[in-house]
Amino acid sequence: MIDIVINITLLAFLAITSVAIVRMTNLFAIVMLFGIFSLLSAGLFVVMDAPDVAFTEAAVGAGISTVLMLATLALVKRRQKPYYDEAPRTHRTWLPLVVVAITGSALIYGTWDIPGFGAPGAPAQTHVARYYIENAMPDTGVPNIVTAVLASYRGFDTLGEVTVIFTAAVAVLLLIGGKRPKPPVKTKDKGKHDEA
Amino acid sequence: MMRPNLILHVVAKFIIPLIILFALYVQFHGDFGPGGGFQAGVIFSAAFILYALVFGLDTAEKIIPPHWLRILAALGVVIYAGVGMESLLLGGNYLDYTLLGSNQIAGQHLGILLVELGVGITVAAAMLILFFAFAGRGRD
Repeated sequence: MIDIVINITLLAFLAITSVAIVRMTNLFAIVMLFGIFSLLSAGLFVVMDAPDVAFTEAAVGAGISTVLMLATLALVKRRQKPYYDEAPRTHRTWLPLVVVAITGSALIYGTWDIPGFGAPGAPAQTHVARYYIENAMPDTGVPNIVTAVLASYRGFDTLGEVTVIFTAAVAVLLLIGGKRPKPPVKTKDKGKHDEA
Repeated sequence: MMRPNLILHVVAKFIIPLIILFALYVQFHGDFGPGGGFQAGVIFSAAFILYALVFGLDTAEKIIPPHWLRILAALGVVIYAGVGMESLLLGGNYLDYTLLGSNQIAGQHLGILLVELGVGITVAAAMLILFFAFAGRGRD
């Protein structure tokens, strides 16, 4: 019962935050609301008994991403220009509404086939999850099944993820890291390079 | 660069060790409770990002020089892949930790601990690299 109340409250806050994000033009406030959105999602994950995911969402979504977006914001303008002031209206106002309504109803229709949350017959519960729950403790001796799956059963996947994070850091370093050297002033042999 | 703010400085100095301690707890207690290398790395980097925000980027870069971060980011991946190589050399499959210890449970424990440590180091270093790259951009 208390779960339902918390769920509805959190989801209502999520909806309010999303609407506020859409309607705002102050980018600083939007970044802050993104952080709040992530924190609310983390709360929802906790209610759904997924503390590992909630942990990640709170640390990455609410923490690091907000800081990175703020750091980016310091380099660009604080205020988004309202686009309807300059651009002429090229479409009818009801068209987006129709598209959103059709997409939304299709998505809601799609949820009808989804098994209930935590239903014992759901495919998520009947395939490998059962194996992990039964064998994780005797196989690895690690009480946290999430860690056992992540680091042991699915060790290859996690190795790939770590490599992805490492690659991201390398890519950012290559693109905007380090000090920018001044462009060398060369005028003489410019023609040669163009030929080659 | 930044106007010294006494309250921020005092609170940050008090809170940063606690954040690092919590990161270490999440890192090494991840086998038993929620958490693990990824979360711990992010929390660990958050402590240093807080330090950089309060005391300035230059002071933070004196504590963790950027070239260290690059080495650490690579080191984490090397630790992870190295555990896999070690289990290969011991005659098992790649990333099969069973042969690392005297019995299966001990081997799995050691393997998971080392692998999570690699994840934590790489994630912490990568997050700090991202932060320093973005925040350092506006300085010149």
